[in-house]
Amino acid sequence: MRFPLLLAWRESRSPRRLMLLMASVTAGVAALVAIGSFTRNLQASVRDQARALLGADLAMGSGAPFSPRAESQVAQIAESGRSGKTQPEVARVISFSAMAYVPRTAGARPVQAMAIDGGFPYYGTIETSPPGLWGRLGEGGGVLVDPSLLTVFDARVGDTLSLGESKLEIRGVVTNYPGDVGIRSALGPRVYFSSKDVAGTGLLRFGSRARYDTYLKLPAGVDAQRLADRNRIRLSSERVSIRTVTEDQRSLNNSLGRLGRFLSLIGLVALLLGGLGVASAVRALMKKKMETIAVLRCLGATAGQIFSAYLLQAVALGLAGSVLGAVIGVGLQWFLPRVMRGLLPVDVAFAPAPAAIGTGLALGAWVAGLFSLLPLLAIRDVPALAVLRRAFETPARGRRDWLRLAAVLVLVLSIVGLSVLQAPSPGAGIAFAASIGIALGMLWGVAVLLMKAVRRLFPTRWPYVWRQGLANLYRPANQTAMVILALGFGTFLLDTVYLVHHNLLRDLRVGGTQGRPNLALFDIQPDQREGMRALMQREGLTADTPVPIVPMRIASLKGRTAGALLAEGTATAEGPPRPGQPNRWTVRREYRSTYRDTLGSSERVVAGQTWAPGSWKSPHPADEPVPISVEAGLAKEMGLGVGDLVTWDVQGITIPSRVASLREVEWARFEPNFFVVFPEGPLASAPQTFLTLTRVSDPTHRARLQRAVVEAFPNVTAIDLAQVQEVIEKVIARVSLAIRFMALFSLAAGVIVLLGAVAASRDQRIREGVLLKTLGATRAQVARVILAEYLSLGTLASLSALGLSLLGGWALLHFQFEAPFAVPAVPLAAFSVGVVVLTAGIGLMSARDVFARSPLEALRAE
Amino acid sequence: MLRCESLTRTFLSGGHELPVLKSITLDVPDGSFVAILGPSGSGKSTLLGLLAGLDRPTTGRVWLDGVELGSLSEDERARLRGEKVGFVFQSFQLIPTLTARENIQVPLELRELEAQKRADELLGRVGLSGRGHHYPAQLSGGEQQRVALARAFSHRPRVLFADEPTGNLDAATGARVIELMSELNREVGTTLILVTHDQSLAARAGRIVRLHDGALLSDTAAA
Repeated sequence: MRFPLLLAWRESRSPRRLMLLMASVTAGVAALVAIGSFTRNLQASVRDQARALLGADLAMGSGAPFSPRAESQVAQIAESGRSGKTQPEVARVISFSAMAYVPRTAGARPVQAMAIDGGFPYYGTIETSPPGLWGRLGEGGGVLVDPSLLTVFDARVGDTLSLGESKLEIRGVVTNYPGDVGIRSALGPRVYFSSKDVAGTGLLRFGSRARYDTYLKLPAGVDAQRLADRNRIRLSSERVSIRTVTEDQRSLNNSLGRLGRFLSLIGLVALLLGGLGVASAVRALMKKKMETIAVLRCLGATAGQIFSAYLLQAVALGLAGSVLGAVIGVGLQWFLPRVMRGLLPVDVAFAPAPAAIGTGLALGAWVAGLFSLLPLLAIRDVPALAVLRRAFETPARGRRDWLRLAAVLVLVLSIVGLSVLQAPSPGAGIAFAASIGIALGMLWGVAVLLMKAVRRLFPTRWPYVWRQGLANLYRPANQTAMVILALGFGTFLLDTVYLVHHNLLRDLRVGGTQGRPNLALFDIQPDQREGMRALMQREGLTADTPVPIVPMRIASLKGRTAGALLAEGTATAEGPPRPGQPNRWTVRREYRSTYRDTLGSSERVVAGQTWAPGSWKSPHPADEPVPISVEAGLAKEMGLGVGDLVTWDVQGITIPSRVASLREVEWARFEPNFFVVFPEGPLASAPQTFLTLTRVSDPTHRARLQRAVVEAFPNVTAIDLAQVQEVIEKVIARVSLAIRFMALFSLAAGVIVLLGAVAASRDQRIREGVLLKTLGATRAQVARVILAEYLSLGTLASLSALGLSLLGGWALLHFQFEAPFAVPAVPLAAFSVGVVVLTAGIGLMSARDVFARSPLEALRAE
Repeated sequence: MLRCESLTRTFLSGGHELPVLKSITLDVPDGSFVAILGPSGSGKSTLLGLLAGLDRPTTGRVWLDGVELGSLSEDERARLRGEKVGFVFQSFQLIPTLTARENIQVPLELRELEAQKRADELLGRVGLSGRGHHYPAQLSGGEQQRVALARAFSHRPRVLFADEPTGNLDAATGARVIELMSELNREVGTTLILVTHDQSLAARAGRIVRLHDGALLSDTAAA
């Protein structure tokens, strides 16, 4: 092994030619180290701040006020949590959305109200301005608010905030709330006040949506997890969930881990593209080294010794490139929190993560070695006789080259293995590897087809310089397909992400679309309907027919009671349902159903049949099941099919029902969509609220209307759908930005492959350029030949990528997101042109080598 | 030392068979100096390649130091060359990324033998003591060929093959290189096979084998 090590070391002493081989893996490793380090630091921050995130040791929550039995269980838990004379501390928080306004200023907006009773949060520091106000929240009569509320209402500390029927003083702002995700304020600024003032708002009435949480701070030494595990099932049967700091932290870290792994997959693509660059560079290197290899064979080196030497060299260079990538990756951590701003629940400390760096280095070296295998096998085909003669018969290989097959197998298995390691799940990893293989294969196929088309339809009438440039694309030993593949794949990724982003947002757009409602009014009580209609009329608006909303819960499912279903399952944290069992959340949650005899425009029946309109308006026997239509996705989660029985608890009244049909619903459309629809008739006299939609084109009028509604009907929530769209756009934009940020690494890897290809053909280009100059070509003409070649290369890469991204984008939107597809022609075209210009620019840079040599100098060197 | 029997070599070119060597039989005793002489295209380099185990004959057999080359794999031939054969080529064939010293060390390092002392000794022997750290591109043609000579003799080979060793050198330099080669050959006692088209060079050998059009024309002792 000594000789291969010596040779590898000596051959690497002239680094200039090997720089591109080294740099091939840099982009990919930088991406992986950046995201890996960031994810680990994020998870470490979550671990450190987990207690502050929950704010207590135990949290119990429900979508409805705790039942007496649930309260009794809470009391028992508190008693069990006693340690000696020390009792656990208990705090209660009610969270709900409501409309608020500041009488002094204009407008009204939804806010997120948190009514607090007790010392919550027990962990983490809440900072206020002026300082020290949080501890005085319990005095009542005032509120603390998010700073954004003051901006939104153009208000100041000291102003009065109208919340429901209450008028509360704005005493200060909360400047730091542990675990707060910044983008949440876009849904509505937070308002914190004492639970003493809840009743006075009049907002928690029938049909209101609220979350009821009870928090426990346990004495030191009491095992919160044991308490939670012992009481989980009993609380669950009362529709109360329980969670601990450990469970929250694990759940959040799992989610962050999955996000990190998803983004790492994109980084992995950059690394694999870098591997293509390594393969290309090694192939070019082997061509240059043929004579050296022949000499070594003469001198007594075996193929194995030479192979080992160059493999070691490739791995060592890959490692060097990986070190550079790791340094860049660590530095990039400074950017990532800014990219993810508003989406993170914790502050992330900037610190190198040794595990992520080590993984990045190992992967970089592994990929470099892996992608070198196939081109290095060419060493076997270099006979010693090459020292004596150039042209000779190549040794005939047997029908099956087992070594080559083995190398291909190792390559494929490694790519699949790497994908599985990085992906959120093994299945996702395999699917990812297969998708990459298919995409690369298709890109390669498109590249080959385009080149054949160029040859076939060769423009013989074009000027010489253009014809020469085009012909260079398929000259012997060209790297055209490799460059199109690497550059094209990075472009394809970016194009596809942009396409999906654009179309998802387009589908959500409500503002500019004529006729579609853009204001939703919720929680209209039955006795407010007439008043609301009159208000709308005064404002000169027409409102859609109010949609009834009846809150209900599942009493039994296919003959089994909800309590029994919830009581089954594990005693530990919620896990996936057993086969055949409904998902727990579907049994536990409150449903807001409606009744109508027609289908909405955003839904279609996919199984069963709807009832005849009016068929249930007349009374039916009480025990006859009412036909219902269930959303298909929910039915799957519940294990429901057409014909199955569900019994509902509608405010204490039991209503049996039978699944008559399943519907597919376009949830992305801002229309009143429901999981469960009843026919008209059976629920007409059930306790219900109403929702109405209207369209107000002018934003000022819309804001005025919101104010008028909340002043007249404080319990009614008026949601400006354009604002909701804005929030969703912000979230999608952030996620899209994160993905595009990672995809940039793929483009960078593609550029490095392009640089490698330019370097590999450098000698040939110099020879050609010098010959042209000798034959009388001017510098401008030589430059135009090179420009023609690289413009064509860039165009082929862009077109291949664009074609593939249109196909991939359509497939994703159609099958995954079920959204319509439109092509944003201008931005895509602009980006494609950018790639062409970049390719041409890099190619032209290589022209300097041609101009630097005089014809005589170059001819002598021959 | 070196023996071949009914050696032929035919190449395929454009679908046609091209006979380059026609039934050559030779026996070269230990320690002898044999020149293979012939015009360009006579098959000299092809014969050298077959005798050195760089190529496989179409028919016929070759024995090198008692070992029949046809029975060996490529790697076994390589190892045999590393042990027993030295080469000097017309175009020097130094490895451009290794220094002069490192080039000389290669045959010994391949066999995991101590190399540096021997390399320094040979550098001095060929008059390049102070140039061991220079790369081939920094040496003149004559200097490169002297390094190649030193490399060829570094492992004390049993047989040395020289293919037109002075072809790329001027007359004076070529004569010096030949002189050096003969001296080293006498010191080490190697069997020397010299391929050339130069009559005066061939005359220095003890035996001249003439080839013409791939066939053995004559095999005579030098005058």
